[in-house]
Amino acid sequence: MRDHTSGYAAHPSPTQGEARRGGSGSPGADPGAGIAIRLRNLHKSFGHIEAVRGVDLEVGDGEFFSMLGPSGSGKTTVLRLIAGFEAPTSGTIELGGRDVTRVAPFDRDVNTVFQDYALFPHMSVEQNVAYGLAVKKVPSHERTARTREALAAVRLEGFGSRRPSQLSGGQRQRVALARALVNRPRVLLLDEPLGALDLKLRQQMQVELKNLQREVGITFVFVTHDQEEALTMSDRIAVFHEGRIEQVAPAAEVYQHPASEFVATFVGTANLLRGSSARTVLGTDGTWSIRPEHLRMTDPATTVDPREHHADGVISDIVYAGPVSRYVVALDLGPNLIVTTQNATLAPADTSAERGRRVRVVWRPEHALRVG
Amino acid sequence: MTAGSANPSRPGLAGPGGLARAASRVLHAHPRLRLVGLLAAPMLWLVVAYLGALLALFLTAFWTVNDFTGSVVHLWNLDNFTTLLGRSVYRTVAARSLGVASLVTLLDAAVALPMAFYMAKVASPRAQKWLVVAILTPLWASYLVKAYAWRVMLSSDGVIDWALGPLGLRGPGYGLPATVITLAYLWLPYMVLPIFAGLERIPQSMLEASSDLGAGAGHTFRAVVAPLLLPAIVAGSIFTFSLSLGDYITVKIVGGATQLFANVIYDNLLTANDLPFAAAAGLFPVSVMIAYLAVVRRTGALENL
Repeated sequence: MRDHTSGYAAHPSPTQGEARRGGSGSPGADPGAGIAIRLRNLHKSFGHIEAVRGVDLEVGDGEFFSMLGPSGSGKTTVLRLIAGFEAPTSGTIELGGRDVTRVAPFDRDVNTVFQDYALFPHMSVEQNVAYGLAVKKVPSHERTARTREALAAVRLEGFGSRRPSQLSGGQRQRVALARALVNRPRVLLLDEPLGALDLKLRQQMQVELKNLQREVGITFVFVTHDQEEALTMSDRIAVFHEGRIEQVAPAAEVYQHPASEFVATFVGTANLLRGSSARTVLGTDGTWSIRPEHLRMTDPATTVDPREHHADGVISDIVYAGPVSRYVVALDLGPNLIVTTQNATLAPADTSAERGRRVRVVWRPEHALRVG
Repeated sequence: MTAGSANPSRPGLAGPGGLARAASRVLHAHPRLRLVGLLAAPMLWLVVAYLGALLALFLTAFWTVNDFTGSVVHLWNLDNFTTLLGRSVYRTVAARSLGVASLVTLLDAAVALPMAFYMAKVASPRAQKWLVVAILTPLWASYLVKAYAWRVMLSSDGVIDWALGPLGLRGPGYGLPATVITLAYLWLPYMVLPIFAGLERIPQSMLEASSDLGAGAGHTFRAVVAPLLLPAIVAGSIFTFSLSLGDYITVKIVGGATQLFANVIYDNLLTANDLPFAAAAGLFPVSVMIAYLAVVRRTGALENL
């Protein structure tokens, strides 16, 4: 498990550790914890389309909170409602205990990093970052100092006089971040900020963002459709589906104990067994999920530990994916299972001989999770 | 024809197709020929018809007219310019024309900004399409019809006096204000469309970002929208300003006794039959527009036409 407890000594935030440990999905269990955002029964319709259908959520001070879901699941709309760019059809929004449901965006103590960065093209990097301070009439010497500090925090010293058009995508991203953080908001909203970057830069920015959040101690609300990104960065994750939240929990719990079939399939890969498949393979009713990495293949002749479950089948397909290989096993009982194996040794280049081989798939009963 | 029957070493000449295809191959092989073919006709038009006419105008301005016979005397002199610059009446009319053109431009910008903002940022995509059509439709009607429509509305028993009557007010009647109003009405689409296009290019997120950073509507307009929109506004002003500066019909229809500079040109040309003096006068709006374009070129407005 990642260590979240060090590195933000400058801005201690009491809820962070609690939020990570807590299995309740609510940061409010600790009476000393500050609540940064509280959404109550939030609804938002655009014409006949119901984008948000009753969202209740609490985000604690200093949390790195992700809103994860496919496009159209309502996560970005919820972010825009928190920022104030949209007004909810019903429900309330509280920021730091204050009801801001009908408050204009410019009067809310939140700042946003936009998906397209939305940097002002006619201003220099410095002017962009100082914009919020200039609006609030912060004295010019303080403005300069804070702007410089913010640019240093995102490692863009010396870029102050450039225009946004002279920067790379990753640099623009950082300017957008500095422009928001320089205002020291209570909450920073990030709307898929890494979506436009290529994979390497994306992974680098994930680490940087996470470090930055620990340093400044500000609540980050991070919208993404990338489940891996959400798992890597977040203290807690809310999984959105069709305008509702399916599960709110710490990252590891969302993966290990998905609350629903949707969560199980959207976050990571899952072998779903339901109805007759569940009855024949698991001997029980309901919908069950088994992660591919929790399955293991052995020779059909091996005896299996009686505490484990197993099913025999034939390898029907193999996908080589670098560090792992994915095997599709057609069980004699009917359903297919995906099994991933680590490629710890050099795999033979020709995997076609594997296809058609009879195998026994083995798993521990606690890895079959009931999701419905 | 089978692929094997063609000479494989000369595919360009032995390929299939008729004469048009053969011509295409020749053009494909000779980029310079392509350029000549593309630009010959428009260049001819530009050089002969457009620049040629301007040159003729420029040369004519240095000639004079024989007062007795009325024929043009091809004798180089600066008489026309001394008269133009020397007589106060011309200076007054020139100043009045510049004032009218500036006022029309300001009025159009003031009306077009909120209109274009509504079209670009507030209206639904469906409504937006209809609003663009509505802005363009008046351009299909004759200029004269629209000017006369204003003459009717501005007349002493017209709809404007009738509407203002209960408030104890009266319309402007014919004269300079009527000219400004009518010209502003006529050229409004030329201001709305570039501003609308300019606003379309400003992403919604940029306005949201400004608001997010604490700026109210006024500050966002001054600090973000106006600087980004300036080239578009200037592009629109090129139209409204030059069209107003060259107008002599509207002022005749709704201007009462008012004279604008274009009337000076028109009257010298057709009433006084003094072509050289008209040409010299004609150089005034041309040079004003050249100076104007030279100034606004720096704003990037010319990329917004």
